[in-house]
Amino acid sequence: MDLNVYAARMLPEAEYFAPGHRACLGCGHGISVRLVMKALGPRTIVSNATGCLEIVSSTYPQTAWKVPWIHVAFETAASVASGVEAGVKVLQRKGRYPEKERVTVLAIAGDGGTADIGMQGLSGALERAHDFIYVCLDNEAYMNTGIQRSSSTPYGSWTTTSPSGAKSIGQKTWKKNMPAIAAAHGIPYVATATPAYPFDMVEKLRKAKEVEGPAYVHVFSPCPTGWRLDPSMTVQIARLAVQTAAFPLYEIEDGRMKVTVKPSKLRPLVEYFKPQRRFSHLSEKDVKAIQKRVRAEYKKLLAREKEGF
Amino acid sequence: MTQSDKPRWQELEIGCIVTTPGSTREYKTGDWASSIPVTDPAKCAKCGICWVFCPDMARFIDQRTGTYDVNNFYCKGCGICARECPTGAITMQEVGD
Amino acid sequence: MSHRKGLEVSLGISEAIKACDVDVISAYPITPQTHIVEKLSEIVAEGELDAEFIMVESEHSAMAACCGAAAAGARTFTSTASQGLQLMSEIVYIASSMRLPIVMAVANRSLSGPLSIWGDHLDVMANRDSGWIKYFVENGQAAHDHMFMAYRVAENPKVLLPVMVNLDGFQLTHVIEPIELIEAEELGDFIPPFIPQIQLNPLEPVTMGPAGTPAMFTEGKKAQEAALRDSRPVIDEAWEEFGKRFGRNYKAVETYYTDDAEVIILGMGGLTGTAKSAVRSMRADGRKVGMINLRLFRPFPDEDLHKVLSGVKVVAVCDRAMSYGGPGGPVASELKTSFYGHPDAPYIASFILGLAGRDVRTGDFEHVARRAEELADIGDPAPYELIGLRE
Repeated sequence: MDLNVYAARMLPEAEYFAPGHRACLGCGHGISVRLVMKALGPRTIVSNATGCLEIVSSTYPQTAWKVPWIHVAFETAASVASGVEAGVKVLQRKGRYPEKERVTVLAIAGDGGTADIGMQGLSGALERAHDFIYVCLDNEAYMNTGIQRSSSTPYGSWTTTSPSGAKSIGQKTWKKNMPAIAAAHGIPYVATATPAYPFDMVEKLRKAKEVEGPAYVHVFSPCPTGWRLDPSMTVQIARLAVQTAAFPLYEIEDGRMKVTVKPSKLRPLVEYFKPQRRFSHLSEKDVKAIQKRVRAEYKKLLAREKEGF
Repeated sequence: MTQSDKPRWQELEIGCIVTTPGSTREYKTGDWASSIPVTDPAKCAKCGICWVFCPDMARFIDQRTGTYDVNNFYCKGCGICARECPTGAITMQEVGD
Repeated sequence: MSHRKGLEVSLGISEAIKACDVDVISAYPITPQTHIVEKLSEIVAEGELDAEFIMVESEHSAMAACCGAAAAGARTFTSTASQGLQLMSEIVYIASSMRLPIVMAVANRSLSGPLSIWGDHLDVMANRDSGWIKYFVENGQAAHDHMFMAYRVAENPKVLLPVMVNLDGFQLTHVIEPIELIEAEELGDFIPPFIPQIQLNPLEPVTMGPAGTPAMFTEGKKAQEAALRDSRPVIDEAWEEFGKRFGRNYKAVETYYTDDAEVIILGMGGLTGTAKSAVRSMRADGRKVGMINLRLFRPFPDEDLHKVLSGVKVVAVCDRAMSYGGPGGPVASELKTSFYGHPDAPYIASFILGLAGRDVRTGDFEHVARRAEELADIGDPAPYELIGLRE
């Protein structure tokens, strides 16, 4: 049992994301954003890409955001954040910005807005080393437009554009490794996180905030609607993803790997798949093959950590 | 300037910005719930897990007792708190019409 | 102390941006505007301008970064052309809807295909309805001067709209012209400090760029359109004040020998310089020809054009862009529409020339003037005439 959970009430009480937002029952983003904002605090400017989060939180005339927030387009979370960061930096330098203390610039996008359409903008922002945090809220498909596959959809998953069928296993390719791509830019901090491990997640966002330069945090944010999952299972499924190594939790600080949650014994992957109807078409053989690769990928992380890089 | 959902064009804020932070709190997502969580106070360990994991911030602490109550104005009835509660103190009960 | 310098026009723009004390410049290379951002890069590197220079990875990001910076309250600049303008097009429309006072120099260039690095107006015409204020300049001095005009107008609290300054790719950007440079001290308070009316600031959180609804989108567009139309008095006032302080007078519709003209040639940008020579030459031959340099394209100066052109026999509109399958060149179509149902409307003939940098000569304007008169007499079944086409 994870002892962290008994200290849950020790998280900061203040909320920077208001209730009344239109997210589905049990939406992973609801919990993820709360935790991100608790870690970062009110001196944060958010650059949000188009997607579920943006729509449920900012449909005119209401907003769920209690911090300054800007949405421009789908692929622009990072490029707009670059402009905000540069603007605040120069204005503070010239003494023309009302807030004198350091401001955290946070870019948020879904997996589509990060790994697909937003990837160029993200790569540019990371390479230019803007002082900002990029959070990818990964629900493993284009959920806002009705559950279409993205390059972050896991192998074998049903989506409307990678449906399972007589001639298809669902998503035909392995989930794109965005944290590795971010890390390849040589940025000071990269991490994976999920709200099921709230303290691990908050700690990582705090580290991201302290970093001078770009930080990338990839958040596994379950979607009951798109994954065909009971909405009460959001946290439990994220926990299972970590415990089966389907989504390992780690951080890369200045290029050095650290696996932050190490299940003493990995649970069988089928326990993670079973509650989700997006995987229900997979045969035992399919699951076995996927598990093999999942575990091999996890072993690589552990090996890298052991080697000290 | 108005923040109504059917403004006259002259009433819109410049660039259609929304100037009231957190104004979604006026919207009753509680109407969406077909079942709501009920806590057995005898079993509640006051751990706060139900509060942490609520996607809708529909839990608030009762300062007197230390328990976390449900705000039915927002609770959508997802059932995460009932499932996550370590002592099984929370059960989901169907609501009437 | 201003001084006159022989300078490549692109660099004259860079010098103007420096004098404007811009805060954030986002840049991406594309022929033929690259010299503008290269020079700015040098200026910043030498510490002559305190600005953040973001060398972005595409024009789309260039405009997105400008939006972020302007939203944070910074004075921003970028410049582009052609494919770059098209790539950033989605964000160009968004920038004006968000009322962000970004200034952009566009070195007007063809749109592919085939690929063309040469100058014409295809790029700006593809972004006609983007909601930006659009100036067209015809020489290096005007290019330099209109950067100042652009910030003064864009940042005015009654306007708060982005401004595009259009200049001919290569034919203006790459030529060396005598330019009287205005430096920061001389500029003084012609551009007041930028006080953002809406700003991303943790002390007063706002939500910018919300999702709209059918219930309010129409109203949002009306508000934006009204702002563009209502910017006209501020634009005129800026020119007037500039004239007072710096002695150069600009107008939305600049006329040349139009008072008694029977045929008026109308154009935008650099070709109006050549048209002027042609007009002088035709006048010397006793022909009653005149010329209009249309300097302001958006908001479209209907009334000014009506004042000059009502009762005139023929207007020969010279477009440097095409509208495939449409009723003529873009400016010609707009002028015709503007005059529809108007008493004393002139005969409006549409000519398209100078595509992809093809040379436009005084002889071409003489042909245009003659042809326009013919068409006025016989009527014209064709929507436009493509000058210099080899058939």
